[in-house]
Amino acid sequence: MESTVTLNSICAPSEDIVAREIEGELIIIPLTSGIGDMEDELYTLNETGKAIWGRLDGTATLGDIAAGMANEYDAPPAEIERDVLGLLEELLRRKIVIVR
Amino acid sequence: MTYVQKLIHDGFQARRSDPQVLRNFDIELTERCDNACIHCYINLPEEDEKARAAEMDTAFVKDILQQAAALGTLDVRFTGGEPLLREDFAELYLFARRLGMRVTLFTNARRITPELAQLMGRVIPGKLVEVTVYGMHSESYDAVAARRGAFAEFRRGIDLLLEYKIPFVVKQAFLPPNRHEIEEFEAWAATLPGMHQKPGYSMNFDLRARRDHPARNRFIQSLRLSPEETVAMLNRNPGYIPEMRQFCAKFMGPPGDRLFSCGAGKGLTVDAYGRAQMCLQLRHPEVVYDLRSAGETINGESPLRYVLTRVFPAWRERRAENPDYLRRCARCFLKGLCEQCPAKAWQEHGTLDTPVEYLCEVAHARARDLGLLYADEKAWQVEEWRERVARLAASGTAAEEKAAVERI
Repeated sequence: MESTVTLNSICAPSEDIVAREIEGELIIIPLTSGIGDMEDELYTLNETGKAIWGRLDGTATLGDIAAGMANEYDAPPAEIERDVLGLLEELLRRKIVIVR
Repeated sequence: MTYVQKLIHDGFQARRSDPQVLRNFDIELTERCDNACIHCYINLPEEDEKARAAEMDTAFVKDILQQAAALGTLDVRFTGGEPLLREDFAELYLFARRLGMRVTLFTNARRITPELAQLMGRVIPGKLVEVTVYGMHSESYDAVAARRGAFAEFRRGIDLLLEYKIPFVVKQAFLPPNRHEIEEFEAWAATLPGMHQKPGYSMNFDLRARRDHPARNRFIQSLRLSPEETVAMLNRNPGYIPEMRQFCAKFMGPPGDRLFSCGAGKGLTVDAYGRAQMCLQLRHPEVVYDLRSAGETINGESPLRYVLTRVFPAWRERRAENPDYLRRCARCFLKGLCEQCPAKAWQEHGTLDTPVEYLCEVAHARARDLGLLYADEKAWQVEEWRERVARLAASGTAAEEKAAVERI
C-alpha cells in the first residue's frame, strides 16, 4: 500500500535529491533513478510549495508547519493544511521526501 | 492543485536573465589519454608524468566545482583527454552530483569498471554519458586508437554501461580505418537504449589544440573529409535539409568585425591545469586566465565569478584586425554554416582572426548544396543574401518544416 502523510507526520528531504535555489527558483535535482520519468528530469515547486519546503527540517510535524504558516500568511488555516498535505503527498509519491 | 512541476531545462536556461549565472561549464580533467588516436587534437600519453604532475589536484577541482555551483550552474561536462584516467574521478563525480550538478561525461569507455558502473547506476549522472566509438572491430578500432587491445576494453565498458542501465549515447570519429563500417555502426547504435536519433560524427578534425606538433597537424589534415564528402555525409541524414531550412533562417548573416559572435565567454571551461578558457577549444594565451594564481578571491569575488563577469565580457569585445578576415569573414553571410571562430584560427594559425581555408571551403560547399550559392561564387560578395536565405526557408513542405522545428 502506498504510504501517505497526516498532520502528525514528520517529513524531510530525501538524500536521493539535491535542492538548490537558483535565481529565486527552487530546483530539485534527483540523484537516483526512479524519481523522474526521465533520467535528466528536474523539478521546481510553486510559491506555496517553496514556502512549505523551507520548513521541512525533519523535526517539525506537518501540523506544526501548517500552524507556523497560518501565523505568517493571511490564509485560512484549513486551506494551509490542505496545501501542506497536498504538497507532501506529491513529494512523497515522487520520492523527493521521506517520512520519519 | 499541482505543487511540483517538471522543469523544462532548455526553457529554464532561456529565461535565466542574470549574466552572473554560469550556463555552460566544462572541466577538462586531463589532457592524457589511454588511446593515442590518430586524429586527436588534445591527447597526451597516459604515462606522461610531467603532464600528470601539472594537473589540478582534487581539492582544486572541488573548489572550482563549488564556485561554479555558487554561480548557478546546473550542469558540468567532464572531458579530457580521457577523464577516467584520473584516479579521483569517482570522488569528483560524486562531489559534483552532491552539489546538485548533472554530469555529462565524455569518454572512450575503456576505463568503465564494475565499481564505477555500479556507482553511476546508483547515483545517476543526470545527463547522458557520451562515448566516442573508433571502430566496430579490433582491427579498425585499434588502428584509430593506436593501442592494441583497446577495442576489447571499449566493448567491456559498453557492456557495463548496459548492465547497470546507465544512459549513454555513442558518436563516431569518421576515419579511414572505420569508414567502411558506417552501416554496421549505425545498425548497432540503433539497438542502444539511449539512441533516439542517428549518431553524430566528427569528420572535419581540429588541429592540435596546443599547437605542439606540426607533423601531426599535417596528418590530421589528411584525415579530414573533403568539403564535397562532408556534404555527402551530412545528407545521409534525411532530416538534414529541412533542419537547415529552419536553421539558416535564424543563424545567417555577416558577423562584422566582432570576433566573438558565438557563445564563447558566456560559459566557461577550465583546462587540466586550472586555466579558465572562454570555450573548450580556445587556448590562445591572450584569452585564458590562470585560476591557480588568482588566490581565493579577486576584488572580493570568487575567481570564477570574476572571470565570468569581468574578464570574459571585456575579451568578448575584441575586434578582428586581420585585413583578410575583414574582407572575407566579417562580410560573409554563411556564419551559421561556417566553423570559423577564434578557437579554430588559433589551432590553425596561432592567431584569433586568420581565415581558415578548409572551413571556408566546407561552408561554401554546404551553401552550394543548399542552393545559397552558385558555383565559384564567394559568399562575402553576395549582396542579396537575405532573399536567398528566405527562398531556402520557404522551399520546404509544411510537414518537413514542422518536423525540423521539433528536432531543432
